[in-house]
Amino acid sequence: MTLKLKDKVAVVTGASKGIGAGIAKAYASAGAKVVVNYAKDKDRAEKVVDHIIDLGGKAIAVQADVSKPADVERLFKEAITAFDKVDILVNNAGIYDVVMLEALTIEVLQANINTNLIGTILCAQKAVEVMGTDGGNIINISSTVSVNPMPGTLIYAATKAAIDNITKVLAKELGTKKIRVNTISPGITETEGSHEQGFMGGEWEAQLVEQVPLGRIGQPDDIAKVAVFLASDDAGWVTGERIQVAGGQI
Amino acid sequence: MNLLLKDKVAVITGSSQGIGAGIAKAFASQGARVVINYRSNHRKADQLVDEIIEHGGKAIAIRADISEPSDIAQLFETTIEVFGRLDILVNNTGILEFEVLDAITPENLQAQIDTNLIGTILCTQKAAALMIKEGGSIINISATTSINPLPGTLVFSATKAAIDNITKVLSKELGPRNIRINTIAPGMTETEGSHEKGMMGSVFEQQNISLTPLGRIAQPEDIAKVAVFLASDDAAWVTGERIQVSGGQL
Repeated sequence: MTLKLKDKVAVVTGASKGIGAGIAKAYASAGAKVVVNYAKDKDRAEKVVDHIIDLGGKAIAVQADVSKPADVERLFKEAITAFDKVDILVNNAGIYDVVMLEALTIEVLQANINTNLIGTILCAQKAVEVMGTDGGNIINISSTVSVNPMPGTLIYAATKAAIDNITKVLAKELGTKKIRVNTISPGITETEGSHEQGFMGGEWEAQLVEQVPLGRIGQPDDIAKVAVFLASDDAGWVTGERIQVAGGQI
Repeated sequence: MNLLLKDKVAVITGSSQGIGAGIAKAFASQGARVVINYRSNHRKADQLVDEIIEHGGKAIAIRADISEPSDIAQLFETTIEVFGRLDILVNNTGILEFEVLDAITPENLQAQIDTNLIGTILCTQKAAALMIKEGGSIINISATTSINPLPGTLVFSATKAAIDNITKVLSKELGPRNIRINTIAPGMTETEGSHEKGMMGSVFEQQNISLTPLGRIAQPEDIAKVAVFLASDDAAWVTGERIQVSGGQL
């Protein structure tokens, strides 16, 4: 059997850790050359790259804050310089601030919008510009909260709902260019971020697991396998869709 | 790379032709042993079994009218007798009658409900009871019309909307038993059925294509590849979902 993403080039934003790192590794093991984008965590990004290269894959790390147009421009330029083309974009970079209405500041609001929403749009725009006549593939990482938001997720969930909608618009705009666009909506997933934010091991995790029919929380690899499917020709007839990857959690 | 469905046993209802036959072939090529269920087309079912066996796969044909509870019991009994287990059920059988409100009769109403709705529930009940140790995967074939119904599809669309809902309920009920259940909603697909109904080469086909961002109508393999994904461990964290497989058509 041939590798599902053989010789494809993928840009994964926010891939130094968590779900993004999981997707980058899964793509590499499916045969893709991977651009591991990071905003700040150079060490972790290089670890992901080393891991991929150790297993015989190809990857580079590229610093870029996706909320900054000049950085996005440079991200894709470096991708082309290294690997000559881009076939797949995963818009994974995202800020997740849990803030109740009263505590929301314009700064928090703007930061979430800049990275989650504007960053996604800017990256999609650049990726489409460089995708060739064979078309390509864009995967937007949303969240269960885009449809079923929890208290405290106001701005995060709003940006994710916007992303769900962007997927649908772009599927229609880009279909004739053979570019497919889909959304993956993970539920709570065990990552560096979920540990740092104190979700893991506590009462909150137990409550969350109770809401998951398959009875555990997700691992980055659970999400990454679906991202491989969507980026591959197996999903050649799937575009404009939102797939919730959450063990049945709503 | 390993076969995705190695040694699994799959029952695909209504699989002597069309999307069902496409799924049966794709499952067999991924290592599954498949049960080709048919109601009346003995010859086509046998041909498909021969084709799978010629390619080194394993398959049997079993006659069962999915609107008859006793036939369903027989279908699953024979499956267990021959293959010893059951891992995957695809509820694919369905009747599509185009008729506007005035033309609906109690008989054609009942026929569609018996097969599309009651048959799906009864097959799922039997299958889930057999998926004891290792869980399993159930795939319900719905249609784009379950969400965006066309004139003349009243009963068909209603049964498909009901199926979308059944998927959600059962993902919650069966999750703790590690049985996943998902819906595939295909758009217009070129099959024996679409030819017989005069859909191919018609204005209806042209309208469909113009509404499809990817610019053609589907082939059974387009749908089958997504069914393979959902049946496989690649989709281990996907349950309760409805994936529209329609080239972006709503």
